[in-house]
Amino acid sequence: MNVHGILAIYKFEMARALRTLWQSLVTPVITTSLYFVVFGGALGSQIKEVDGIAYGSFIVPGLIMMSLLTQSISNASIGIYFPKFTGTIFELLSAPINSMEMVIGYVGAAATKSVVLGLIILATAALFVPIPIHHPFAMVAFLLLTSITFSLFGFIIGVWAKGFEQLNFVPALLITPLTFLGGAFYSISKLPDPWRTFSLFNPVVYLVSGFRWSFFDKGDVPVGISLAATGGFMLLCLAVIAWIFRTGYRLKN
Amino acid sequence: MTEPILSVRGVSKTYASGVHALHAVDLDINKGEIFALLGPNGAGKTTLISIICGIVTPSTGTITVGGFDAIGQPKRARRQIGLVPQELATDMFETVESTCRFSRGLFGHPQKSDHIEEVLRDLSLYDKRKSKIMELSGGMKRRVLIAKALAHEPHILFLDEPTAGVDVELRRDMWKLVHRLREKGTTIILTTHYIEEAEEMADRVGVISGGKLLVVDEKTALMKKLGKRELDIALNEPMSTIPGDLGDWELSLENEGKTLRYVFDAQAERTGIPSLLRKLADLNIGFKDLETSKSSLEDIFVDLVKEGGK
Ligand SMILES: Nc1ncnc2c1ncn2[C@@H]1O[C@H](COP(=O)(O)OP(=O)(O)O)[C@@H](O)[C@H]1O
Ligand SMILES: [Mg+2]
Repeated sequence: MNVHGILAIYKFEMARALRTLWQSLVTPVITTSLYFVVFGGALGSQIKEVDGIAYGSFIVPGLIMMSLLTQSISNASIGIYFPKFTGTIFELLSAPINSMEMVIGYVGAAATKSVVLGLIILATAALFVPIPIHHPFAMVAFLLLTSITFSLFGFIIGVWAKGFEQLNFVPALLITPLTFLGGAFYSISKLPDPWRTFSLFNPVVYLVSGFRWSFFDKGDVPVGISLAATGGFMLLCLAVIAWIFRTGYRLKN
Repeated sequence: MTEPILSVRGVSKTYASGVHALHAVDLDINKGEIFALLGPNGAGKTTLISIICGIVTPSTGTITVGGFDAIGQPKRARRQIGLVPQELATDMFETVESTCRFSRGLFGHPQKSDHIEEVLRDLSLYDKRKSKIMELSGGMKRRVLIAKALAHEPHILFLDEPTAGVDVELRRDMWKLVHRLREKGTTIILTTHYIEEAEEMADRVGVISGGKLLVVDEKTALMKKLGKRELDIALNEPMSTIPGDLGDWELSLENEGKTLRYVFDAQAERTGIPSLLRKLADLNIGFKDLETSKSSLEDIFVDLVKEGGK
C-alpha cells in the first residue's frame, strides 16, 4: 500500500481548499443564512409546520444534503479534472500508485471537505432554529456515506468531462433540480399522486428522507430503503471507477 | 553481459485515431548508461517513453524494469522511474518546494528534506523554493519538472526533449547534472531531434523514425559502422575538372579546385585509397597534404531515415 502516495494526494487536495478557505467557509454560511431568510422567514410564516415539525427546522436536512451533493461532486470532479486539463496527470499515471489508492486520496479529500461543510451548515442553521437530532449516529453515517458516494460520483464526472462546461453541467442541470424535486423543502407525501410516484424514481428523495429521519425520526420512505439506495449508488460508482481504471477510459491513450 | 535495467519487447502502439505511432520496438537499456533516442518530430519518441512510464497503454508488447514486469508488477517497476516530460505541465498554484514534496510522496517515499534541498540546490532552484510555479519563467519551470522527477530518487531518468527551447545556461546545467547523476549510477534515457546532443552526451544511440527503431548501437560504433569517411587531398595545382582516368573513384572538387575530395566507406575491405594515390602519381598530379575526417551522426541519421522511409 502506497500510504505516502495517498497522503500526498490528500494533502494536495486539502491545500487546494485551504487556499480558498475564505470562499470554502463563508459561501456556505451566507447561502444557508439566505435560505433561512427566504424559506424559513418568508415561507415559514405561511407554512407553519410539515409532519408536525416546524418548517424552519424541517428544511435543515434538505439544505445540508443539497450542499453536500453539489459540493462533493464539484470538489471531487475538479480534483481529477484539473490534472487532466493542465497535463500534470502524467505524474499520477506514471507513479507507483494504484487506482484504489488514487481514489482514496482524491475522494477522501473531497468527502472530508463535504463533511466539514455539512457541519458548518448545521452549526449555522442551529443559530436560527432548534434542531433536534434523534439518531446522531445515523446522522453522522448518512453524512459520511453521502459525502463519500457523491465524491465518488464527482470523480467519475471529472474523468468523463472534456471541458469546464461539462464539469458544471451535472451539478447544475441534474443535482440541483433533483434536490429541489427530491423533497428537500417539502415532504413528498404532500404531493398529488402522479408526482408522488414519480418522485420515488428520484434517488435524492432517499437521501433526504433518510437524513431527515436521523434528525426527526420521520421520513418519506423507510430508513432501511434510504440506506440501501445510498449504498447501492455507492457500489455502482465504485464499479464504474473500477472499470475506468481497468480500461484507462479518458485517462490514458 | 549483465541484465539490462530496462527491456522493451515487441512494443507497438496504434492510437485510437488510427495512427501507427510505433511498430514492434525491441530495446535493451544497460544499467548506468546514457542512451539517446534520436529521431525527427513525430517519430514516436514520446509515445515510446510514455508507454514505458505507464502513461500510454501499448497495443502489444512487454516491458521489464529492473526485473519487474511493468504490467504485472507496476508499482515495483514504476518506483524506479522518473520522467521529465516534453510538455511544461505543472501545478501552477503550488510552490516549488511543495510540488517536489508531492512528487516524492506520490512515489511512495517518506519525506526527506535534505534530499529535496540538495535537488533544489543542484538545479539552482533553492532561492525560488517558496515561489509559486506560475511566477517562474519557462526555463525555471523545466528545472522544476526535473526537480520533481529527481525528488523521488529514480534509478532510471527519462528526459523527453530536455533541451528543446531552453536557454544556453540551463542546457549547460542540465548536462552537468546528467553527468553527475550518471556518476551516482542513474541510468539516463533522453530523446532529442538534435544530433549534436546525442553525439555529445550519449553512450549509445537509437535512431527512430516513422515508429521504427532503425538502429541501436554504441555511438562510436554507429559512426564507424555507418559513417562514411572523407579523404581530402590538397592539390599542388588547382583543377577545373576531374580527369576521366579517375572515374572509378567517387571524387569531387572542393575549395575552388584546390582540394580533391574522395568519399569512401570506412567499413569496406578495400578503401580504394592506395590505388587512388598510385593513379594520381601515374597521372603526375602532385599533392601536398592528406586529411581524413569522419562524417557526423547527422549524415548517418539522414541516410538511415532515408532508407527507413523506403
Ligand atoms: N494522443 C495521441 N493521439 C493520436 N495520435 C498521437 C497521439 N500522440 C501522438 N500521436 C501521433 O503519434 C506519432 C508519434 O508521436 P510522438 O510519439 O509524439 O513523436 P515524437 O515524440 O517523436 O515527436 C505522431 O504521428 C503523432 O501525431
Ligand atoms: Mg515528443
